[in-house]
Amino acid sequence: MMNKEEYKKHVSKTCPKTKELRTMILAFLVGGTICMIGEGFNDLYTEVIPTFNSIQVSQLVTITMIFLGSLFTALGLYDKLGRHAGAGSIIPITGFANSVVSPAVEFNREGLFYGIMSNMFVVAGPVIVSGVAWSVIVGIIYFIIGAV
Amino acid sequence: MSKKRGKQTYVFENDVYIKNTSTIAGPLEGKGNFGEYYDQVLENDSWGCKSYEKTEIKMRKNVIENLLRAEDITEFDLDCIMGGDLLNQIVPTAFSTREFETPYIGMYEACSTFGECLAVGAMLVDGGFMTKVLCSTSSHYGTAERQYRMPLELGSQPAPASQWTVTGTGAVLLTNEGTNQPKIKSATIGKIVDLGIVDPSNMGAAMAPAATDTITTHLRDMNRTPDYYDMIVTGDLGKYGRDLLHFLAGEEGYELADVLNDCGCMIYNDKQKATQGGSGAGCSCLVFSSYFYKEMMRGSFKKILLVPTGALLSKLSSLQGESIPGVAHAIDIEM
Repeated sequence: MMNKEEYKKHVSKTCPKTKELRTMILAFLVGGTICMIGEGFNDLYTEVIPTFNSIQVSQLVTITMIFLGSLFTALGLYDKLGRHAGAGSIIPITGFANSVVSPAVEFNREGLFYGIMSNMFVVAGPVIVSGVAWSVIVGIIYFIIGAV
Repeated sequence: MSKKRGKQTYVFENDVYIKNTSTIAGPLEGKGNFGEYYDQVLENDSWGCKSYEKTEIKMRKNVIENLLRAEDITEFDLDCIMGGDLLNQIVPTAFSTREFETPYIGMYEACSTFGECLAVGAMLVDGGFMTKVLCSTSSHYGTAERQYRMPLELGSQPAPASQWTVTGTGAVLLTNEGTNQPKIKSATIGKIVDLGIVDPSNMGAAMAPAATDTITTHLRDMNRTPDYYDMIVTGDLGKYGRDLLHFLAGEEGYELADVLNDCGCMIYNDKQKATQGGSGAGCSCLVFSSYFYKEMMRGSFKKILLVPTGALLSKLSSLQGESIPGVAHAIDIEM
């Protein structure tokens, strides 16, 4: 039998690879479409609620997109989209909603507390933790620069 | 005379018949290549149960009941129920066997569990310790994914070398009495082989060296060439793993191209997009108990070497950077 090094070399040479061009085009199209829908809501809310300023409108858009991502996850459609779209449906905020709702759906059967609540962030947890940690570090740097 | 041949192979001098089989397949498997060979195909993945774990338990309980009914025997006629699956503590196997008043032997070797069961079951029957042994393994896409990978509804893309866990179960009855049924003639117990593959989404590459080792050892121990068999069929190497096995066996001087196939490659059709093919403890069990058993009974195959393959990893071992050990057992089944 081959030794480990030879075998690993052979596997890395012959292993099936992702079809990059196809994956990138699909990700671009789906990701772009999701963002376009978001922009559509942005225009709609600006039109319908003239008393809202642009920050309030964009918050409303974010909430709408999170709702839609969660809804399509619960309907069992978002994973089918993700199978083809890859990063195109993971990167937008709908993908973040999917990463929180999908474990919640999955662990529903283990009960509310130890099922849903303790498993809800198994996928999104690292993103939240590193997001908070980096914002603290950046905040401290800002603080120091401001003081100097 | 010893029943042992060569280094790792055991020859059964007494008859060990595979008296009958029974199968239950998931909906996707039902639409695959062997739809008409399955005794029962589920309409949906949950089969009216509140969790997929409960579905897998129900599937295995029912497949055993169906086999007992087909043979017109009861749980009290069996000497033992043997089996395993992919989940922690082999819960589906234990919980479904709880329904029967039959002695129980739980087995675990990931996707090669079916091979382990057939080898040990045949030894028990050949040795005269038992006369009726029921072997049954199962897997379910919904239960395996959540234990080994990500939530089902997560919109991630499958890795190109990954495989699709088979939803399905089969049961076979090993007996010392039979008529025209296939017999287990010999078995080679495989070694654990690890050539340092660390990618858990490339289990074909992790298991191919173990399959190569077991198959070449079997052929050497029995002093046979690959063409002795109508087919050498591995458990769930998938398309890429099968190519690697072909390559590795070629390096050892064995040309397998004409006889080699893989249950994981055979179970789904090309339209089903199961990447490299099926996997799971139910894969080789379901394909053997349906397609191969029925075709052997029809005379399409006279001699096959069934080689269920297993990747012995856990989610934690992968996260800790451990490589994936593979194992395979070879079961020589002849008419």
